[in-house]
Parts: sequence; C-alpha cells; structure tokens
Amino acid sequence: MATNDSHKPDIDPLTGVETTGHSWDGIKELENPLPKWWSITYLITIAIAAVYLWLYPSFPIGKDSLDGSLGYTERQAVAARIEEAKAAQSVYVDQIASASLQDVAANAELVSFAARGGQAAFNTNCAGCHAVGGGGLPGGYPVLADDDWLWGGDLEAIYATIQYGVRSDHDEARYSEMPAFGADDLLTSDEINQLAAYVLSLSEGGADPTSEAGVLYADNCASCHGEQGEGATDLGAPNLRDFVWLYGGELEQVAGQIVQPKHGVMPAFVARIDDPTIRMLALYVHGLGGGQ
Amino acid sequence: MDHSIIEKSTPLLVLLTLVAVSIGGLVQIVPLFQIESTIEKVEGVRPYSPLELVGRNIYIREGCYTCHSQMVRPFRDEVERYGHYSLAAESMYDHPFQWGSKRTGPDLARIGGKYSNDWHVAHLIDPRSVLPHSIMPAYGFLLDKELGQTDIDQHLATLRIVGVPYSDEMIAAAQADLTIQALVDADTDDLLARYPKAVTGDFDGQPSKLTEMDALIAYLQMLGTLVDFTNYDTSDLVQ
Repeated sequence: MATNDSHKPDIDPLTGVETTGHSWDGIKELENPLPKWWSITYLITIAIAAVYLWLYPSFPIGKDSLDGSLGYTERQAVAARIEEAKAAQSVYVDQIASASLQDVAANAELVSFAARGGQAAFNTNCAGCHAVGGGGLPGGYPVLADDDWLWGGDLEAIYATIQYGVRSDHDEARYSEMPAFGADDLLTSDEINQLAAYVLSLSEGGADPTSEAGVLYADNCASCHGEQGEGATDLGAPNLRDFVWLYGGELEQVAGQIVQPKHGVMPAFVARIDDPTIRMLALYVHGLGGGQ
Repeated sequence: MDHSIIEKSTPLLVLLTLVAVSIGGLVQIVPLFQIESTIEKVEGVRPYSPLELVGRNIYIREGCYTCHSQMVRPFRDEVERYGHYSLAAESMYDHPFQWGSKRTGPDLARIGGKYSNDWHVAHLIDPRSVLPHSIMPAYGFLLDKELGQTDIDQHLATLRIVGVPYSDEMIAAAQADLTIQALVDADTDDLLARYPKAVTGDFDGQPSKLTEMDALIAYLQMLGTLVDFTNYDTSDLVQ
C-alpha cells in the first residue's frame, strides 16, 4: 500500500469524487460519505437508547441501578400476567376451588373446563410416569385409564393421592409396605412358588382355598389382599384377580414380588401445583375412564 | 482530521487503543462491583452436600448442560410449566452456574421432587422406556461406576476459595457425608444439620453400592427445592 501524503485533495477523474489518498496496486478508495438514511437511522437508535435508559431499569450506579421512570420490572410483569390469566379463568376456577369435587363433577361446564386444564397439567406433571392419556408404563407405573385402583378411584381418593403422593416424603403420603417374604425368610422358596401359582389361579380360575397354597394365602396374604384376592384400596393392596399386574403377571414375576416386593413411589404434588389445578387433575384422571 | 500521526506510530496506536478499550470496560464492569442488589435475600439456599456435588460434577462431565438449562425464565408459560422463576440466589453457590441458553431437553431448575428415584434410574438407563418421544442418550453405565474414596473434601476446599461457605467441619466430614447420604436407615442428623433439605436414602435401587447414579440422582432430586416460595411474594424478589 502506498500512501499519498500530500494534503491536496486527490480527485478521482472518472467520478469526480475525492479519494482517501490510499492506493492499492493503483486502485484508489473513494471518499464517499455514508448514505444519509444510514446516518440518520444510526442517530435515531442512539436517541432511542437514551430514552430506553430513562424509561426502563438499566444502568448500575453505586449500590443500586437506575430503576427507570416507568418502574417496570420483569418479575412484576410476569406476576401481573399470571394474575391476569387467573382473573380470566376465575369464573370457572373459583367454583372448582370452592365447591366439593362431587358438585364440580355434576356441573358439565366445570367438568369440561377441568378436563382441559387437568389435561395440560397432567401432560406436564404426570405423563412422565403414567404416560399421556394415563396408559401407564411397565415396571410399576399404574394405568389410570382403567378401573383398577390401588388407593381408591373416587374423586376424593384421587385428589388425596395427587396431593400427598404414595410413599413420598410427605407426612400425609399414602403408605404401605408388603413384607419381603423371601428376602426376610418368612416363607421358603417352595412355599413362595406355591403361593405365586395360587395368586395366578385367583384370576385364571381353579383357586382352591382349602389347598396347601390356599391356606398359605389365607395366613400370609388375605389380611391385605382379601380372601378372594380382591385387594384393599385403603391399604394400597392391589387386586390380585383382575388380570392387571403392576410388575408383570408371569409366574416368576409374581414370585419375585413375593420374595422382594418392589414398592412404587409417587411424589407429593401439594407444594408443586396449586390446589385448583390439583382438583382439575383429579377430575381429569377420574374422567380418563375408570373413575368410581 | 489527520490520522496519519497515529497510524504511523505503533506505540501511540497501541496506547490509544488501550485507552479506548479501558473506557468501555470501566463503564460496563466497574459499576457491577459496587452493586449490592443482584442476589435476592431469600432463605434456604445452602452449599451442595458432598454427594450432590459429586452428582453435579457428573452432570457437568456428561455434558447434561448442552441440552438442559437450569433457568426458569420469568414468563407465564415457563412459570406454569416448570414452577417459580429462578432466582439469582438459587445459583449463587454454583461454580460454574448451569443456567444455559439452549433447551433440547426440558429445563431442570426445578426437577427436584418431580419424579421418584426409580423413575430417574429407569429414565437414565433407557429414556425411551418412560418417555417414548425422548431423544436423550442412555446413561445406564453410571450404575456400574462405584464411588469409593474420593477427593470430595478437596472439591469443597476449592469451592471455599471462590466464596462458597463450606466450614472446616463440612470439609472434614465430606467423605463420611458422601457415603451416609445414600445409605438406607443411616443416622443423617448431622448431615441434615449441615445440609438442610438434603434428600437421603438409596437412590439407584442398589442399596449395597454407592454409585455415580446415586450421586447424580441426589443432585437432581434437590434442584430447585431449597427456597420455600410460599414465604415470599413478588415485591420481596425484585432485585
């Protein structure tokens, strides 16, 4: 690069525009000004920045920062937007929150609102375990769309289960624990195999309560699961005769559950989701197909 | 204006460049040293327990942050989906913080307590087994990586240098606390006194082994659970 040091303006003969005086291989750079629209836009953005600085919280000064004359904060804004949405929904939500679940369930308009609200909350909070639509997952995540309920399938029971969870760390959580008949040597492996076969026969037919296995069942299992294997929702003891198996219905899976039972855990949602939404969830789950 | 004097003198050009850059830096950075109100005054935020810290290190090692953010932004849809928006105070002991800006998976800032431990194990072994649409890789190998004697006390000591208030007692008990947190029916009184709200017990479904899976799930189960937001309303949280 060669530099022309003379202070005389160097005019490009072809365009009549002054050059910068810099020349690369004989090519000279023209000293065209910036387009006027560009310069003005640039100045306007600077002016907007100054106005923004004045209106909105912006620059840190000393121990605090400029609050801005509008007094805007993102956090108050989101609180206001949530309040606004709640106010818009309050015509339904207030009734859902204050009426009994039965009364809500009797009101078609409220049920329709709760079904939509409950579905949104369900897909966010519940579908990870119970699957979208309440179809459940293998390995101990119960189906919610059938009429087989571990802890009760009426509205109040579902509501309580969602609030406090199952074997969660909440004090009100639903809790039960099946003894580990094999791992704790309460029964021999032979007895467990007989029992597992008997448990399967409860649903498949041919269960004989007077047989050796039937007596074993009556002594060890019937107090929770019922004499006919009908289960008990107040104890969370599953129904054993409805072909619904939480941990699998093969002989060895049933035996495995007697040897060392797996216990499902459901978190308590009372601190996570607000009460009206839990009520909507209860109504939604109740309406999935199997509500009692 | 004649630039040629500056353009022809390298020392002068360097000097003036430095002056110009410094002005920009001073104006942008220095006021932040003085400001006192970036971190909200909320109760409950504590340093990570040793097991949680190991879990956090695994979280960083495995690059979880490349797909998961830990920052619930103050928008209505985010608050309704994930819970209360994140506070600066909640990550004040994070070095480095895990806010992130890209979500391939969901935000994890408030994942603690949302799922059971068993679910986390099943999900980490095979994400598709519980979430059919998930594209997350599997991390089942964490179940096989046992945590024996670790250098966790030195991690605590190092974090203390950058301002995390770990006490001498916490550092001395670090290895013991690490083990106790994942034991079933252990005496956790001291641990919980040092690290309130820590989730204890077996996490990975293998009570006899302390694995990286235990540590990661212990970390996930406490995320976003430390501040009790029923004690605060918006005006308390304005920075």
